[in-house]
Amino acid sequence: MPKDSGIGASSKRREDVRFLTGKGKYTADISVKDQTFAAFARSSVAHGRINSIDIAAAEAMPGVLAVLTGEDFAEVGGNPAGWLITSRDGEPMKEPKRSPLAIGKVRHVGDAYAAVIAETAAQARDAVEALDADIEELDAIVDMSEAIENSDNLVHDEIGTNLCYDWGWIEDNKAAVDAAFESAPHVTSLELVNNRLSPNAMEPRVSIGDYDASTGDYTLHTTSQNPHVTRLLIGAFVMGIPENKLTVIAPDVGGGFGSKIYHYGEEAVVLAASKKINRPVKWVCDRSEAFVTDAHGRDHVTKIELATDKEGNFLAVRTETQANMGAYLSNFATVTPTFLHGTLMAGPYKTPHVYVNVKAVFTNTVPVDAYRGAGRPEATYSLERVIDKCARELGIDQLEIRRKNFIQPDQFPYTTPVALVYDTGDYDATLDKVAEIGDLAGFAARREASEAKGKLRGLGISTWIEACGIAPSALVGQLGARVGLFDAATVRVNATGSLAVMTGAHSHGQGHETVFAQVVAEKLGIAEEQIEIVHGDTSKIPFGMGSYGSRSLAVCGSAIVRATEKIIAKATKIAAHMMEADAADVVFENGNFTVAGTDKSKSFGDVALCAYVPHNFPHEELEPGLEESAFYDPANFTYPAGAYACEVEVDPDTGEVDVVGFAAADDFGNVINPMVVNGQVHGGVGQGIGQALMECVVHDGNGQPLTGSYMDYAMPRANDVPSYVVDHSCQTPCTHNPLGVKGCGEAGAIGSPPAVVNAVIDALQSGGINVTHVDMPVSPSRVWNAIQAAK
Amino acid sequence: MYNFDFVKPSTVDEAVAALADEDAQALGGGQTLIPTLKQRLAMPSKLVSLKGIEGLDKIFVDRGGNLVIGAAATHAQVAATTDYPALASLAARIGDPAVRNRGTIGGSLANNDPSACYPAGALGSGATIVTNGRSIEADDFFEGLFETALEEGEIITEVRFPIPEKACYMKFIQPASRFPLTAVFVAKFADGVRVAVTGASNDGVFRWSDAEAALNTTFDAGSISELSVDADDMISDIHGSSEYRAHLVKVMTARAVKAAL
Ligand SMILES: Cc1cc2nc3c(=O)[nH]c(=O)nc-3n(C[C@H](O)[C@H](O)[C@H](O)COP(=O)(O)OP(=O)(O)OC[C@H]3O[C@@H](n4cnc5c(N)ncnc54)[C@H](O)[C@@H]3O)c2cc1C
Repeated sequence: MPKDSGIGASSKRREDVRFLTGKGKYTADISVKDQTFAAFARSSVAHGRINSIDIAAAEAMPGVLAVLTGEDFAEVGGNPAGWLITSRDGEPMKEPKRSPLAIGKVRHVGDAYAAVIAETAAQARDAVEALDADIEELDAIVDMSEAIENSDNLVHDEIGTNLCYDWGWIEDNKAAVDAAFESAPHVTSLELVNNRLSPNAMEPRVSIGDYDASTGDYTLHTTSQNPHVTRLLIGAFVMGIPENKLTVIAPDVGGGFGSKIYHYGEEAVVLAASKKINRPVKWVCDRSEAFVTDAHGRDHVTKIELATDKEGNFLAVRTETQANMGAYLSNFATVTPTFLHGTLMAGPYKTPHVYVNVKAVFTNTVPVDAYRGAGRPEATYSLERVIDKCARELGIDQLEIRRKNFIQPDQFPYTTPVALVYDTGDYDATLDKVAEIGDLAGFAARREASEAKGKLRGLGISTWIEACGIAPSALVGQLGARVGLFDAATVRVNATGSLAVMTGAHSHGQGHETVFAQVVAEKLGIAEEQIEIVHGDTSKIPFGMGSYGSRSLAVCGSAIVRATEKIIAKATKIAAHMMEADAADVVFENGNFTVAGTDKSKSFGDVALCAYVPHNFPHEELEPGLEESAFYDPANFTYPAGAYACEVEVDPDTGEVDVVGFAAADDFGNVINPMVVNGQVHGGVGQGIGQALMECVVHDGNGQPLTGSYMDYAMPRANDVPSYVVDHSCQTPCTHNPLGVKGCGEAGAIGSPPAVVNAVIDALQSGGINVTHVDMPVSPSRVWNAIQAAK
Repeated sequence: MYNFDFVKPSTVDEAVAALADEDAQALGGGQTLIPTLKQRLAMPSKLVSLKGIEGLDKIFVDRGGNLVIGAAATHAQVAATTDYPALASLAARIGDPAVRNRGTIGGSLANNDPSACYPAGALGSGATIVTNGRSIEADDFFEGLFETALEEGEIITEVRFPIPEKACYMKFIQPASRFPLTAVFVAKFADGVRVAVTGASNDGVFRWSDAEAALNTTFDAGSISELSVDADDMISDIHGSSEYRAHLVKVMTARAVKAAL
């Protein structure tokens, strides 16, 4: 029987009522009394020297209150990189300073070099046009190989190179990996591009800076996935505002996918400007600005090699990747292609030797950072594509080659050659499941039916694993992280037994308000309706690290469980006092405290009331009130895994690819709300199909973006995706968090692109053609070109 | 957007008078013009809305059997008609419901975007574009990218479509904008076949005369199988090379003929 509330129930998402009826409260909906508006002057060239900026005409425009340029920020700190990567030669990575407004040079189209504050948004924009900036265009650095080779033309002159780092993982294993390749009976190699994506959250970024001169307090309303992290970055690193004087509020946020993790210069500018003019300053990004300022995702060029024996047993994997950083280091740009990518290159397989090399490169393009999946999609794509190719070369079935290399259930905990310790899993189970729900046995008949219509049909498999629930602070600290990655929760019980949970995690569409309430309701035996989830405001919530890396439930949910356990412990003492029993004899079950062996009982509500009406409390032993906090630092990542099967039909005359079937069998450990998990998988797979077939940020040779609007940047729509078949009944609960859960938020985007591309290749190896690779996005014209070339 | 004045006249004459002002511009459904203004890529002093003119959105079949569509008729209105199914189907596939409920046939033809649908429908049908002062044959109306025979301040009032025996519009969408990457309108009249191509050429909508000649001999898909399209003048961009578009012209034409039969 499916439950109708608590853990395991598909409780309806309570937040959807306000989202779907237009009552969500987003940052742009907030108007602060006396607010003014900011508009930014942005570079129209990819690379240029700022010779001068004459602001006089702009300052004289109607309604203009202030004009700021990079000089206004010359004294403050730069927006820092959150993770130090050390190169193979032991040198630290190169970290150029990133000012809120460009100083000296502009480094990508869209790079802001001035801001105008005016009474209205239109006046601010008019005045931006009146700015007289003398920007001397320089040759743009766009191609990564050229950037590395050409040391005369630099994105950042002061660091003397366009190479941020050259990282090897694990450097000490390189010789053994090379040796394994030397003696391998078979080597499959593949060069591929992991296309640059624009995140396209439905809500563009918005920030309101509000300085109160009477108190010296700053308030920043902003579209953030992690308000405390943003406060720390702005306060401690960029502006030197003491944290006690800065409140960051991220109310309803309309999607982030990573792009709203980072602190952006606009946030610092609205705060500084507010102080300067002593009035609030609001900035609303428009879609055109979003395309050239929100951190992009992916953008890797990779060569991967897989060494096997003749039977397809994996002997070694070796990769070389160029990872585009763009023009500046966005906060988590450096960790994405390294520890979130290289450490996943073993996949769910027992490959004994793995070595990963990543060169991170500065170019005159928008900064690149973590985007849904962050590093793991890139790893999974490389690995699952090369395995697909290898199986074709050796004539081995796609399922078979994976099965014979899977880590087996009795091998856990399993230490991979790239230094992760997988706690649990059963990869054959999800592969069996996807074969069943995707009816792989019926594929041959479906292919025949497609061929009868003149279409080519292909089936693609991907068996993915990822490391999420980011992350153990101790481990990431050793690896160069400059932050801890715990999370936090406070449970505040009200006198009448209802309660509020203040969480460090931030919901921007995921459904925390529903799912977290289910967890607490289950633990306390009370109704979900009695529980309120509060997030997004640093003045209300404990210091948590926010939401990304599929961490909210695994990390913050665990903190909630711990805080709830403390509530139960305290409430047990109060109940014992109320029932004049020994606390050791009080049992808590189904929302009631009972004294074992008696009929004495108090409900959770009775106890809560007593906590706040402590008329005869023994105050030396028992404090009034019922409120507890917990901080939770995970012992390990969680390792969700799964098997995806995609079916496509290709029209050989036009190259059009139609995704006609997609089955996903995932192991997320225990599932709190199956419907919410389905939604996460649907959304992730949709984004993965978008990456595989449609989405790509393209620049011309001068660094001009050719995909600056939806006229040219192709986003998937409902009719581009099939009706998914999704299953998460294969469950190996996480061994180290109290809920036994694994992250599910990025899975779909990680596992699906190779399944889609493998399916296209499968189709393009039927019907007498033999195409071995097409780079993403596998657009109709690329497929058609590939077919022509293979003819 | 920059500031502009806005007027909504109730007759064609008033509209023409209002458009005499320097930098005044006609506003149909605004589905092209408003985004342009929002991007600050145009700076008209005055917008003259054509939406207040009584009867400018009428749709009827005249005595000569032509489908007459008022310039202010929306794509949704045309999509709902039944007299010329291929044209209704063209209108039904423009943009999304919001675009179809506002965008007009007059605006689409006047704009003559090289990737727009209606120019193919009008040229493929041999339609007549009627303005406040004259009638212009479709063959003379389209003059290259975003260029038409319209004079400054001249407005389209209606478009007359002869109704063919058989017709079909085959649209292969550009994956991002969902405008045509290449689309072909084929119409078979008693006195001959017309084939109009949009989305493909650097010169905008054009008639593929070789295909028309072949289809005049035998109206079936096989009759164009030996033809090829010169890629030289075709558009090449991130969504497809000129060779790809030239190829699509042929594929879409064959499919249109097949579907029309
Ligand atoms: C999201 C989206 C998707 C779209 N998809 C497609 C598509 O698939 N296929 C397609 O063909 N189009 C598409 N369009 C364009 C759409 O069809 C527009 O409506 C059309 O091109 C312009 O018509 P309008 O009435 O909106 O004109 P407006 O935007 O109001 O005006 C366009 C131009 O025509 C002039 N004008 C308007 N009416 C007249 C008139 N009666 N006489 C003289 N000049 C006039 C205006 O001055 C202006 O220069 C799309 C638009 C959008 C926003």
